[in-house]
Amino acid sequence: MAAAQAVEEMRNRVVLGEFGVRNVHTTNFPGNYSGYDDAWDQDRFEKNFRVDVVHMDENSLEFDMVGIDAAIANAFRRILLAEVPTMAVEKVLVYNNTSIVQDEILAHRLGLIPIHADPRLFEYRNQGDEEGTEIDTLQFRLQVRCTRNPHAAKDSSDPNELYVNHKVYTRHMTWVPLGNQADLFPEGTIRPVHDDILIAQLRPGQEVDLLMHCVKGIGKDHAKFSPVATASYRLLPDITLLEPVEGDAAEELSRCFSPGVIEVQEIQGKKVARVANPRLDTFSREVFRNEKLKKVVRLARVRNHYIFSVESTGVLPPDVLVSEAIKVLMGKCRRFLDELDAVQMD
Amino acid sequence: MEDDQELERKISGLKTPMAEGERKTALEMVQAAGTDRHCVTFVLHEEDHTLGNSLRYMIMKNPEVEFCGYTTTHPSESKINLRIQTRGALPAVEPFQRGLTELMNVCQHVLDKFEASIKEYKDQKASRNEATF
Repeated sequence: MAAAQAVEEMRNRVVLGEFGVRNVHTTNFPGNYSGYDDAWDQDRFEKNFRVDVVHMDENSLEFDMVGIDAAIANAFRRILLAEVPTMAVEKVLVYNNTSIVQDEILAHRLGLIPIHADPRLFEYRNQGDEEGTEIDTLQFRLQVRCTRNPHAAKDSSDPNELYVNHKVYTRHMTWVPLGNQADLFPEGTIRPVHDDILIAQLRPGQEVDLLMHCVKGIGKDHAKFSPVATASYRLLPDITLLEPVEGDAAEELSRCFSPGVIEVQEIQGKKVARVANPRLDTFSREVFRNEKLKKVVRLARVRNHYIFSVESTGVLPPDVLVSEAIKVLMGKCRRFLDELDAVQMD
Repeated sequence: MEDDQELERKISGLKTPMAEGERKTALEMVQAAGTDRHCVTFVLHEEDHTLGNSLRYMIMKNPEVEFCGYTTTHPSESKINLRIQTRGALPAVEPFQRGLTELMNVCQHVLDKFEASIKEYKDQKASRNEATF
């Protein structure tokens, strides 16, 4: 009985001990456990798999994926960070830059600005193509000159009053349509995501005049192409009380965890601790610093329950990003299947 | 028969001819001498742990596979070596192909379930907004 429980724990839980983590790796491959059929079964996978969306707004998404293995969940996370394409500024043609910010620093900053353009409507630029065509390039113009404000007060020291156009923001970037882009994209849809990003500061007489080319790329090439602010996952916490905890110990226990995880209830005049919502816990392991309580609790994580959190930079909505990431992984598999078919035909 | 060579490398791969002799092989297969087709090392170019680990997991789930492992040759090179050894006389290409197909099916199913979940969430939110007006 105890042995069966231990095996179940080994298969389903990652246990957080005081000095280390146990059962980290997936071991349920065929042949490892007698009495278990671990061979891949698509129907069994489909029956046990589910996706629950917990929270979604225009830039962030939190959802649960249950019944999948770490290798595949991690593949989705890696693709979200590095292989979903976006458009970003790649080439900056500087006509005039008399500001205090050097050309290359300015170009670096411009590259990091997220551009609100659906990358699925564009192609990658061909290698060696310097000019760029309308199908793979977006052009932006940035032209700002700072002048002295003639109507400022005599003894004012506020730069907002003294100077005109002394801060260069992304709202000063104007889109220059190429070819038939003006017909395809209505006015105002191709722009930087945020219009209040400060690019550079100027003083009277200084000017920034440049032309930017945006191309499609992936995060693997340069982090500016990454479509997510970040994408991460954590495993669902699983807290079990090995013995009933009562009285003051119950209060102490509830303080060892994040608020809301342990609930202290009054049953027949005694305070009893109960695990209310383990999902909220961040596993600070404070309970292991308490000599009495560390023997009472088992901290573990459910091995196949992933709580994903995706935050988009604004280029694409986060649910579209996850769909695109899954499609990228399918594309990789398809590419090798095609290669195999071609090789076997020889 | 090259008996004087210890390791016979039989490299087969699809070479797409490109301008200036630029080689674009995505997949190579390397076999050690003497063994028949049930032990093969695949070299996958332009790939890393993203596909390597997930593919290794799917192939290991196949009961006919005795050994499956992958490694990145060097962090500066973007390619992985994936080795498959099968029990019996099953050619190693078969679990490789099956692993790829099964991974694709998993992704398709995940995509369907995810999009259904998103749609349900949006509908729920819309109906909740309507109810408050």
